[in-house]
Amino acid sequence: MINLETVESAGYEIMKKAAIDIPADYLGGIKEVQKAETNTLSGYVIKTMVDNYEAATEDRRPMCADTGLPRYYIKIGDDAPLSGGFTGIERALRSATARATLDVPLRPNRVHPLWRTEHNNNVGINAPEMEWSFEPDADWVDITTVHKGGLFGTDYRMLFPGDGIDGIKRFYLDTLISFGKRGLCCQPAIVGVGIGGSKDTCMQLGKQAACLRSVGNRNPDKKIAKLEMELKEIGNGIGMGPMGFVGSSMVVDCHIEVGFTHTGGMPVSVHTFCLSSRRATARIHASGEIEYRTDPQWFTPYMRRETVEWPST
Amino acid sequence: MAEHLNEYILDLPAQPEAIAQLTPGSIVFLNGIVYTAREGVYECVLNDGKKLPDNLAEISNVNFHCSPAAAPRNDGSYDIGGVTATASFRFSKYLAQWLDLTNTKIIIGKGGMPRDDYKNILAPRGAVYLTTVGYGTGALLGRGVKGVKDVLWMDELGIAQAMWMFEVENFGPFLVDSDLQGNSLFAEQGDLVNQNIEGLYKGLKQPTLQRYGETDDRKDELL
Repeated sequence: MINLETVESAGYEIMKKAAIDIPADYLGGIKEVQKAETNTLSGYVIKTMVDNYEAATEDRRPMCADTGLPRYYIKIGDDAPLSGGFTGIERALRSATARATLDVPLRPNRVHPLWRTEHNNNVGINAPEMEWSFEPDADWVDITTVHKGGLFGTDYRMLFPGDGIDGIKRFYLDTLISFGKRGLCCQPAIVGVGIGGSKDTCMQLGKQAACLRSVGNRNPDKKIAKLEMELKEIGNGIGMGPMGFVGSSMVVDCHIEVGFTHTGGMPVSVHTFCLSSRRATARIHASGEIEYRTDPQWFTPYMRRETVEWPST
Repeated sequence: MAEHLNEYILDLPAQPEAIAQLTPGSIVFLNGIVYTAREGVYECVLNDGKKLPDNLAEISNVNFHCSPAAAPRNDGSYDIGGVTATASFRFSKYLAQWLDLTNTKIIIGKGGMPRDDYKNILAPRGAVYLTTVGYGTGALLGRGVKGVKDVLWMDELGIAQAMWMFEVENFGPFLVDSDLQGNSLFAEQGDLVNQNIEGLYKGLKQPTLQRYGETDDRKDELL
């Protein structure tokens, strides 16, 4: 049985892990760009960031004081034996957020957008966000948290089919250059690109592409995978490194997600998941046992399905 | 850019001769007391007339654009976890008045100030700008905070916006952005990066539908 106490404690634990421990795939990616970086200043910044990851893990303190807008992605297996209902899960994860904010500590970033009032616990109206997805032939619940800053590095544009891949490349360059100057988007980053869907889906897909796929992971569509590699190269060819200094370290990896869109349009969004790419996942098995990992495994074949039916056993 | 970056250790409050030796691109560590202030503090002092401690410049002449990841403990003390800077350009409009009022000589933040501020505001007041490194070094900077001397306006402003007085030791690293002549590392590096930008767009045609915007010149900074 998967009960709410287990959900709460898993939510609390991933909040802590995400804030403190840099995911191994991102660290591996940063070490790759570090090897290629020949500029002294940019090299110094990356080396300092690597020192910082080590200090965070050693001291068990957050790697970055801007612990972002902590939020959750939940994937529920069709056969998961839940007790307490879906609103129970939401309640448990709100409690985990408030508790972790005090204990880790996380910065209480969440305020009312107009009155700037706060509860000092990262919980409030529509916060933390919880996105739900489902998985056939599974009896577990996956809970992922992402801590991402939110001020710079994201943009959206409605392009049209005639703008083609050129249009996407231009917009991608525009976003990286405008937010890369002075390093406002805290590059080197994992860049997520959402293409298609409706406007909100486009934003959501790009954000999930940045935050919920690990470095080195490729889109199963070979042509999209090739475009991912090309965009990565274009980003690192801007001539910009961390903090907007001269360098070659802009993009640790590029992930593209697509959604069927209006026949007349090609909406595109670009998102940067920063130097402190913080995510952690807990899988709660049917037995109640919890397993932790850093790869959310969010985009399953079922998530990317394009058929009416799905062959489920 | 030299292969080796110079390194300085400053005792606070920072003395004029110590500040004068700093050159853009050098590494700095700090010992003493650093205070945090961002829009919340600026508004409540400059616009709402709240009173600062009389001898602020003797306690600290270093303004850190920072909100710590901190939590109150039951005994009234604070647990300081991560410490990082927030983007400074947003506070440009307060800068001149704040430096005049407080006699602050070092601003620490993220990403520097708008270009004109270095020569027009900071340098004439004997002040320089230091930037945090990479912007996410919360753990390294958190290690450098040895204690909290005081917190002002916690109830009104909350943890993120309150004025914290941190006792720091070997606090850093920071990079020198601007010097007393008003030169800036960000400006210099930005100019170098700009030389490459036009070529990146070569052969990529304009989208069909244009957008209104303040600039189409990619050499511009948007701050």
